Formats: sequence, structure tokens, C-alpha cells
Amino acid sequence: MGRKQNIKITGKAHVYGDHIDTDAIIPGKYTKTLDLQTFADHVLEDLDPEFKDRVQPGDILVGGENFGCGSSREQAPLALKVAGVSAVIAKYFARIFFRNAVNIGLPVLEVSDFEIATGDELEVDLKAGAVENLTTGRRFSATKMPQVMIEILDEGGLVNYLKKYGDYRLQKDEG
Amino acid sequence: MGQTIVEKIISAHAAKNVHQGEIVIVAVDGAMASDTTAPLAITSFRAMGGKAVWDPDKCFLVIDHAAPAPNERISNLHVLMREFAAEQHCKLFEAGEGICHQLMIEKNIVRPGHIFIGADSHSCAYGAIDALGAGVGSTDLAAVWLTGKIWLKVPRTIKIELIGKIPMGIQGKDLILDVIGKTGIAGATYQAMEFCGPAVSALSLSGRISMANMMIEAGAKTGFVHPTGLKLPYTFTAELPDVEAKYHRTITIDAAAIQPMVSQPHSPDKVVAVDQVAGKKIHYAFIGTCVNGRLEDLQMAARILRDVKIHPHTRLIVGPASRQVFLDAVKDRTVEILLKAGATFIPPGCGPCVGTHSGVPGNDEVVISTANRNFKGRMGNPHAKIYLASPATVAASAREGKIANPLKYL
Ligand code: SF4
Repeated sequence: MGRKQNIKITGKAHVYGDHIDTDAIIPGKYTKTLDLQTFADHVLEDLDPEFKDRVQPGDILVGGENFGCGSSREQAPLALKVAGVSAVIAKYFARIFFRNAVNIGLPVLEVSDFEIATGDELEVDLKAGAVENLTTGRRFSATKMPQVMIEILDEGGLVNYLKKYGDYRLQKDEG
Repeated sequence: MGQTIVEKIISAHAAKNVHQGEIVIVAVDGAMASDTTAPLAITSFRAMGGKAVWDPDKCFLVIDHAAPAPNERISNLHVLMREFAAEQHCKLFEAGEGICHQLMIEKNIVRPGHIFIGADSHSCAYGAIDALGAGVGSTDLAAVWLTGKIWLKVPRTIKIELIGKIPMGIQGKDLILDVIGKTGIAGATYQAMEFCGPAVSALSLSGRISMANMMIEAGAKTGFVHPTGLKLPYTFTAELPDVEAKYHRTITIDAAAIQPMVSQPHSPDKVVAVDQVAGKKIHYAFIGTCVNGRLEDLQMAARILRDVKIHPHTRLIVGPASRQVFLDAVKDRTVEILLKAGATFIPPGCGPCVGTHSGVPGNDEVVISTANRNFKGRMGNPHAKIYLASPATVAASAREGKIANPLKYL
């Protein structure tokens, strides 16, 4: 099983620095709508105004430390997802962003050490928790996610997970 | 093994003893969503197949982030919230009643020992009253509505010991800014914080809320100010850590040495003592938000602005954190003093904090604000520069038209 977990994602890297906050990902003034395209239209606007025009479906965003710090707005991972970003890699994430991304089915990988430049072609193996830089041939491994998150991501997000199971399930070894 | 506060509260909800690193599913005592997060949560809830929330008496909706609605798009989101609240029989706080976190504490909804989930990152504010408040996004909140539960990883805890006597004119805001300057913006990521030590008992409820509120600015998942000396309008049992509780690290702060502190643009952790930036010209001063919009904060500003006018090149916007705060400040004439000094009052709510309306700064304008975040673009304009400080420092700066040390006026 595992609809999402088995798939490999390939895409071009867009590399940014440390502490990319949620206001940088989607300014608060654009968050108050249910029109998801609005989020994508303003994604990373104050950080890199051209990103929204450059990004291609399937591209992979790469951040440094503490990616997604700040607000609890789920509009941040949604903005990236709707803009076409297929996965986010960072040294580590702010807690709420990390949960939100998994909950909306946007794969996030915590990779403590990597060498990736903007434009590099990446292959993300979600099942193995690994990132391969196809441009340089180097491979990096990601920290294992809690099982409950893997299962949520497997279902494509928390909405599908709860639709299927109706409640949270916890593996014995986690409790 | 001894337990920290967060381990104790989670254990009480998980019906077993838990320690850091464990993942548990717990029943929660309440769930709150604002007008930034509720509309998406409603969408997710319905998409999950949700028909009825698990317990209408424990679900709260607050219209505060853009309230009253500045345009039709947002107004329609508020309509959606009102309809959902009516259909689900849960409590909705209307525009003008106040800021979500203020209301959850002021209306005695969140209580010591609770696990309270808020679809807002500053839900850690509930640690001011010894409750585990954790911020989540809309879909996590929708899942709480559906199941009454959440999964959590038990965090490790950073202990912050406050020793020495807090000097006159130093507010909770200065203390937490000092700590964030020391930990950095990610220094407490995935962790809890506990403020303890002899200086804690001297803190007011309002000061405690400012401190707990901003723990997320160090990345913390949740946090607590020890309830020693905490006064609430009802009786409660205080949850304290075990003596042998295991902490990840300890930071000791000598409160007596704390100066009025300021965060510089564009990050809350770029903290310096006010004297290092004093003299910087400001255009706009803002007193309000869930961090510093309470009566004590407004009174502090009034002490500094009594019988004087704010600087002619400066504007001062004041947003009381709730209608109750506004009313109290009217009654004791704090509002009158501030109005006479040249302040503009906005309705209780988030106002300019998040850049939706009621005071968006212009290009290259310098703002000094009592809010908790100064990320680029936070107040709605990426070309503005935002400094963060206590109400005393913001009021003194409004008075002088430049960043000023408030202690000379106190
Ligand atoms: S006042 Fe500012 S920080 Fe507080 S809840 Fe409102 S927007 Fe968030």
C-alpha cells in the first residue's frame, strides 16, 4: 500500500537560506481567502518575486535551517503546493509548518547535511527517505519521520487519512 | 523518573506516564480557530466527512484577525464562520470582542492543566496560566473538531531561571525579548520552555501572557511560566514540575540586569538593549496585539503620555486586546489620556499586527510596535521596518518621535 510513499519525485532545485518564515512564503494579507490560486500567485513574493514565474510543476524547494518558522498558516505549504512545488527539503523545519505540510500532503524531508545548488536536478525517494542530486551524483539521507506522519503522507494528507480511518491510529511501538 | 510540566500535563491526558520523545494521541480540552484559519479548517472538516464537531462546548471561533471586515472577500469568510458556528452550536466571538488568545484566557475558557489547541501559532500563550497551548494549522484543527484528539510528540524542555528583582519599568516583554535574543529564533524548536525562579512570582498575569505568547518566537512548541504567585479569578491546582525533572538545558537570567529591550528588523531575535538603537527616527508607533494590548500595557503607555502630545511626525495607534480591556481602560480614564496625547484607537482585534488593515505602514517607514513578529512584510508592507518593544518603550518612542528609553519617564 502507500499511494504516495512509493513514488519517486524528480524536479529542479530552488535553493534558499535559513529561517524562511511564513510571511516570506505567503504574506498575511493574502491568506484570507479560500481561493487557493491566490496563495500560489503570491508565493515567496517578498523573498523572491520572480519565483512564481520561474517555478515549474514538480520543482523542489530547498531551504536551510528552521524552514517555515512563524505563523500557523496552512496557507504557506498550500501556496507552495499549488504553485507546483512537489517537495520541500530543509536542514530542519519549524514544527507547525512541518505538520501542516504533511497534513496537506506536501512531502517534506529533513536532511541535515546536503550539497544542492539552484538548478540541480533532484530525485527524492520518499520510501527510502533519501535525496539524490542527479546533477552531482551525490546522495543524502533524511531523518525518519514519526510513523503517524508517514501514514498521513501515505494517504496524501490528513483529510484522506481521517476519511479512511475516521480516527487516529497509533502503532504499538510508538506509544 | 521526574517529569517536567509538559510531561505531566500530557501524562494526565494520555492516562499513562510519558517522557520526552514519545508520540501520543491525547484528548484535548478545547480548540480555537480564528478568521485566518477557521475557513480552511471548515473546508477540511467537511472534506473529512465531518458532520458534527466532537463537543460543541469545547470549540471556539473568533473573528479577530481582520475585524470588522475590511472588504467583501473577508466579510464572506466571516459569514462562513458564523454559519458554521450556528450549525455546530459552538461559541463564536464576534468582530470587536477581542483577540483570540486574550479571550480564551480572559473568559476563563482555557484553564490550568488543560491541553488547548489553537489554530494560531501564539496559542503557546496559555502557558501563562499553566495550560499546554499548542498552535496548529487548519487541517490539524479540523481533525480535532472531528475526533476531539491530537497526536503530539512529547517535547524536551528548556528551563529558564529568572533570578534577581525585576526593575521598575521592565515588563514581561523585555524579559522574553532578552531570552529570544539569547536562544535565537530556532533555539527552542520542537521543545517546551519553562520560566521559573524567584523573580517569576512577581510577574503579573499580563506580563506572564506576554512571555508565554512569544515562546514560539524561539521556535517552542509550547511553554509555561511557573504558576508560583499566579492569581486567577477561580481556584485551581497548580501543576509544577518534579524536583528531579530532566531538562534539556538551563538558561539563567538576572532580571535585575535587564534593560528595556528592542528587536530590530526583520527578525524577533535581533534583540538589543534600547540604548543601542535609541534616537532612530520612527513614523508610527503601535500598542496592542495579544502580546501587549491589555489594561496594564495601556496604563503603562498612559503613564508616559499623560499631559503630553506624541511627537508631531509620529502617529500612535492603540488596539485594546479585548472589549473588556477597552471598557476597563475607558473607566479608569487611560483611554482619555491616550486620546488627548494623540492616539488613534482601533477596535479590539489584531488590527495592523498581521498587515490586513487598520494601519499598514508606508514604504521606508519605521514602525515601533508591541507585537511579537517583525518579519519582512508582516504589517502588510515589505518596505517598512518594524522594531518590537514593550508598551513603555513604544510610548516613550511615540513621545519623542524616535526610539527612546522609557525609564526616564517612569
Ligand atoms: S494580535 Fe497579531 S500575533 Fe496576536 S493573534 Fe492577532 S495577528 Fe496573531
